[in-house]
Amino acid sequence: MSAADLSVLQRPNDRLRRRRVVNRGMELLAWLAAAIAVAILGVVVWSVAKRGASELNLDLLTKPRVPFALPGQPAGGLANAFVGTLVMVGLATLMALPVGILIAIYVNEFAPRAIRRGLGLVLDILNGVPAIVVGIFVFGLIVATHGQSGFAGGFALAVLMLPLVARSTIEVLLLVPGSLREASLGLGVARWRTTLGIVLPQAIGGIVTGAVLAVARVAGETAPLLFASSVGVSNSADWNPTHPLQSVPVAIFELSDTGVKSDVAQAWAGAFVLLMFILVTSLTARWLATRSRRKLQRAAR
Amino acid sequence: MSVSSTIENAVRVEMKRQPMPPRERLEQVFDVQDLTATYGSKPALKNVSMEIHKNLVTAIIGPSGCGKSTYIRCFNRMNDLVPSFSQTGTIRYHGQDIAAKDVDPVAVRRTIGMVFQRPNPFPKSIHDNVAWGLKVLGMKDNLSDRVEKALTQAALWDEVKDRLKQSALGLSGGQQQRLCIARALAVEPDVVLMDEPASALDPIATQAIEQLLHELKSEYSFVIVTHNMQQAARVADMTAFFSISRGGEGHRWGELIEYDATEKIFTAPSDKRTEDYVTGRFG
Repeated sequence: MSAADLSVLQRPNDRLRRRRVVNRGMELLAWLAAAIAVAILGVVVWSVAKRGASELNLDLLTKPRVPFALPGQPAGGLANAFVGTLVMVGLATLMALPVGILIAIYVNEFAPRAIRRGLGLVLDILNGVPAIVVGIFVFGLIVATHGQSGFAGGFALAVLMLPLVARSTIEVLLLVPGSLREASLGLGVARWRTTLGIVLPQAIGGIVTGAVLAVARVAGETAPLLFASSVGVSNSADWNPTHPLQSVPVAIFELSDTGVKSDVAQAWAGAFVLLMFILVTSLTARWLATRSRRKLQRAAR
Repeated sequence: MSVSSTIENAVRVEMKRQPMPPRERLEQVFDVQDLTATYGSKPALKNVSMEIHKNLVTAIIGPSGCGKSTYIRCFNRMNDLVPSFSQTGTIRYHGQDIAAKDVDPVAVRRTIGMVFQRPNPFPKSIHDNVAWGLKVLGMKDNLSDRVEKALTQAALWDEVKDRLKQSALGLSGGQQQRLCIARALAVEPDVVLMDEPASALDPIATQAIEQLLHELKSEYSFVIVTHNMQQAARVADMTAFFSISRGGEGHRWGELIEYDATEKIFTAPSDKRTEDYVTGRFG
């Protein structure tokens, strides 16, 4: 290469300069978009924390709710909502987790290819069903005949959780190296025993991660609970799922609307607790995911 | 390695080896008749017929893409796991057609073990790698004796006896592969299929595994796929040479060219294609 060619590297011509400007411009736009996402999360957390954190105390979590509290009177807490959410999300997890994992095992370990694709599509559509539609469905199925209950609420949340758990479990099972399945099948071990003894232990971290994310996701669901478990709820902590149970998102929705100052303050505090819960579960899920990915990578080597 | 030294080496190993009993006294393990295997519409193997004998090491050699792996996986129904796979012809195992519909592939794999190309130990401890199969298959009596015996057979016992509780993933590649062999031997199969068991290993680990085959063939029958001709010359009593044939629509498939005593294949092959391949003239 001659010296004349090399000089281009030091003295860029107009076209090169324009390319550099465009490159910088695009980079800046992409950076801005990323900054917007961070800023939105920051503003949401900050505004909720500003109004909610100051109202946060042990009474909020443990005391029963006092409706129509006069100024100066203790306003009580939201124990009914926290217990209700705990019961309903717990019921939903009990229902959705085993079924979701079994669906994923069927899809990934047993189903022929055509059925595998079909079921994947079904799960995607189920995942896309709006929460309010799930609420109406549960209303027609359970509430219309048996009335509202924590069980109906838990079932509605389970319907929302199911595709999330199944999808994330499928993804994790796909990461388990096929060579491990072959090793076990090659010994003359049956398919189901291979799945239980080799595949699931490898994937368990990832499955738990998916479950935790699904829990975080449905803990904030409001719409289906308005249909399934919201009317005539107790003001004190109620663990009985045959009663309609209050929940944190429904409590936030109702309290923010009463116009009573202490109610609004409690709504913000409830929102702050919900947000913290989702933040913590997401971080836990991320940590679990990293751990299980490392484990899978070691096995794949 | 040059052409002449390949052959010399083969002959030398052959001389050292105990003479093979005459063919009519060999017991037959597999009788393959007209085996044709396809993936979807693509043929992988056509019209393979051969017999495999008990207590011998039978090597399958041939260039990449000649269907060696597909072939060996027919013997334990491993290809059943590939959705598009289909086969015609028969593989009789002690007279029973193992490709028959009413034959349970799990039972086939139970008696016909397999060692894979890449070491694939379970992400469990060294002990549990061998013990898991035993437990699952109901061979729970004298578990630790069985584990020790299998690890000893695989020439791994001395290296791991003090760290049986440690993860198998911490072993070297060669150790992992011997662990996989121990795992396969522990459940007392009749035949052990090996799909290029040494291709991911260094020469010393390879030698250890070849040594094993020599020592264990009095108890088992081995079928080993290898792309390494010296290896076939060193370990095998019988050698089958597969080659690629080409047809319309760009189809390529594997065919059995020649099957004979290893010494014959490497020193006096009757087919020109075999000779070209074993002497290194093949492209």
